[in-house]
Amino acid sequence: MKRTPLFAAHQRLGGRLIEFGGWEMPVQYTSIIDEHLAVRRAAGLFDISHMGEVQATGPAAEAFLNGVLTNDLRKLTPGHGQYTLMCNERGGVIDDLYAYRLGLEEYLLIINASRTAEDVGWLEQQLERFPRRGELQLQNVSDATGAVAVQGPAVAEFIGQCFSGSAIAGTPVASPRDLKKNQIAKFRSATAEAWVSRTGYTGEDGFEVAAPAEAIVGIWDNLLAAGQAHGLKPAGLGARDTLRTEVCYPLYGHELDEQTSPLQAGLGFFVSLDKGDFPGRAILADQKARGVAKKLVALKTVDKSAPPRPGYPLWSTGADSRRLGELASGTLSPSLGVGIGMAYVPPEFAAAGTPLEIEIRGKRIAAVVAPKPLYRKPA
Amino acid sequence: MANVPADLKYAKSHEWVRQAGGVATIGITDHAQHELTDVVFVELPQVGRRLKAGEACAVVESVKTASDIYSPAGGEVTEVNQAIVDNPALVNTDPYGSGWFYKLRLATPAEVDALLSPEQYRAQIGG
Repeated sequence: MKRTPLFAAHQRLGGRLIEFGGWEMPVQYTSIIDEHLAVRRAAGLFDISHMGEVQATGPAAEAFLNGVLTNDLRKLTPGHGQYTLMCNERGGVIDDLYAYRLGLEEYLLIINASRTAEDVGWLEQQLERFPRRGELQLQNVSDATGAVAVQGPAVAEFIGQCFSGSAIAGTPVASPRDLKKNQIAKFRSATAEAWVSRTGYTGEDGFEVAAPAEAIVGIWDNLLAAGQAHGLKPAGLGARDTLRTEVCYPLYGHELDEQTSPLQAGLGFFVSLDKGDFPGRAILADQKARGVAKKLVALKTVDKSAPPRPGYPLWSTGADSRRLGELASGTLSPSLGVGIGMAYVPPEFAAAGTPLEIEIRGKRIAAVVAPKPLYRKPA
Repeated sequence: MANVPADLKYAKSHEWVRQAGGVATIGITDHAQHELTDVVFVELPQVGRRLKAGEACAVVESVKTASDIYSPAGGEVTEVNQAIVDNPALVNTDPYGSGWFYKLRLATPAEVDALLSPEQYRAQIGG
């Protein structure tokens, strides 16, 4: 298993280490529920150094990336990022990712840890066939880059303490807390320069910080120290999963895979069918016109029950009840106190309010299709 | 270091037994609750069910895992602890007290004698 630069920090903090995507990562430090609630109420700090980073620079960088990603990259001015997907020729998802425009001809892709090799292989393959490939450079900088995510309503109060001066690149703000959602800028930390974006995977306000691998430990330590007075806790992959499930964000390998299209996953907003061609475009256009064969829905259990889990069978109700498939994701929701999950169902079962049953250890438990997101911040 | 009370017997699968007369009270150990962390759900056997030693009879779930509980001894279930159904966190906070799972009228009390002593269990968990 690979280890991030923060491995020693995880050990010191009592992190319980598990294997994830080939990496040895903390699933929790104290308790998944405590860490989850800390993010919702104050702040949590996540090591995301296992994620992959790819740089594309040059006059043809935009054209190349726009020809392999689903979202319209031309919408990005320097200092902005967008959620996007990469599809194969059948419209199946190779990965979901964030694409940032760092400068006029400089792009950064943040990709899933479990898909880094596949993504880089695909991008290199696509680059071979790109007529203007001499006008851009593609670099896999994953091993040289570390990253952390700091998420929660209190984060804006202390993130500024970890960086000095105003932005030296990207969106020209005086401090990280002046970044708007999806904006990114470069700041000086104690030992290096870091890209700070106002993005996250938890449904809370927060930031993600990418820096040279040798500088990420210092950034982690500074954030931990600055955030302590505000209730910041280190948080592991367990809380990361419960948080993203509550707001119905997909996880590759669960809601997304190479046999599933972004439209089936309900991500049509991030697919631009008229920006020009990209792999899978024709199939996605066809799905948009004719409808999709399966739809991703969010579910809640009706009564207190054992937690739903990925892989648990899902059934329709009534006399001609049939097995619809399996849960893509499932957990106890620490914020809601009920079981939640996501699953693909035939379109006729996708309406909010549709009763379904989750099979838990041979028993069918009542559930209902719920609107997304399952959890919304109280007004 | 896990708490391993001296007046109990233990199964290799991390259940404890408190015996009084022919009735055994059964739960999971401090070591087990610590490994699970937040217990969020418990499924208990039905009162009246007859169990054999080693039979899977209950389930304890945390956010990330569902674990079977194996009856350390055989007998008839006489009582189950509704308190941990209503408040699963008791299994974490008081595993040997209010976090008990079920009581058994022992079919063969000698089965309890054959379980691990506190010293043997402590050795098993490396404490």
